[in-house]
Amino acid sequence: MTSSDLVMHEEEFNRIDAELQKLYQQTNAKVVFLVDKNGQLIASSGETRDLDTTSLASLTAGNIAATGGIARLLGEKEFNILFHEGERDNIHISLIGQRIILVIIFDQRSSLGLVRLRVKKASESLGKIFEEITQKAGQDKGEGTLDESLFAEISDEDIDNLFR
Amino acid sequence: MSFINYSAREINCKIVYYGPGLCGKTTNLQFIYRRTNPGQKGKLISLATETERTLFFDFLPLALGDIKGFKIRFHLYTVPGQVFYAASRKLILKGVDGVVFVADSQLERMESNLESFDDLKINLAEQGYVLEKLPFTIQYNKRDLPSIMPVKEMDELINNRNVPWFEAVAVTGKGVFETLKSVAKQVLFELKKHY
Repeated sequence: MTSSDLVMHEEEFNRIDAELQKLYQQTNAKVVFLVDKNGQLIASSGETRDLDTTSLASLTAGNIAATGGIARLLGEKEFNILFHEGERDNIHISLIGQRIILVIIFDQRSSLGLVRLRVKKASESLGKIFEEITQKAGQDKGEGTLDESLFAEISDEDIDNLFR
Repeated sequence: MSFINYSAREINCKIVYYGPGLCGKTTNLQFIYRRTNPGQKGKLISLATETERTLFFDFLPLALGDIKGFKIRFHLYTVPGQVFYAASRKLILKGVDGVVFVADSQLERMESNLESFDDLKINLAEQGYVLEKLPFTIQYNKRDLPSIMPVKEMDELINNRNVPWFEAVAVTGKGVFETLKSVAKQVLFELKKHY
């Protein structure tokens, strides 16, 4: 199961965070966030305080999974961009490197054209960072350089305590 | 697929409740939701039909606590049990870290149990997983109903790998947390093995 685990260290996280911040400002969006295809929220930027980002992440991934299923039925590999238009807010969802989902929520302060333009640029940089993460994860595992103290010391008791 | 975030000091894992239609997967999540402190849970999201049958999935994020300074989060999902939702079921299994198979103990549902169990194995294989290598717990649900099969017989039918199993009455909560705890434990130990 761990062949595709996503392990993120401080350095990469900060780089991703910086990219998202930049994108958030450039697009004039309300919220920008990154989700793993399995529904885990990776990072977010913008007005997230009143948003249930965990649920949003899971539903976005479900959305991408469902449209991916439709794509395959039609003989397409995947639909790389989804766009939902609302009365007030709009959502632009795009795939980065087949594994990460970039979500932008924006209103009339921005426009679809602007979002698409900026997303294209940001996707390239973000794609590179995630490629590095994947490579690094492979090395970590091979060389055992990960923070061993974390998992090695987990005991039965620690786990039991979670359920008290 | 777990997501280990050293920056936010979080470990995220995905657990999927699988089983035939009306076996009680959603009921399990509803009970966990009701009995968890507000600070430890997110919203319970159900993508269901008007008759409350699961259409796509239910989702419940749980933050159970800390281990060694890392927040442990479990994302619980159920699949739609009805046979004709096969395509959706497959999608939910993507990136799964642990599986709970909820079996309906009623005699007349045995065939559906077995069918769903085979379906689970096939769908996992399509995602590149082997059930035998995944953290896995079986729940024999609806033990309060008449005309149920003895657990021993069910175990012989379904549990050929001899994984942990629990008797349950999900509507009253009996066995629900025991099941969750069992699979969560296996998931964390699996992580321990690899890192």
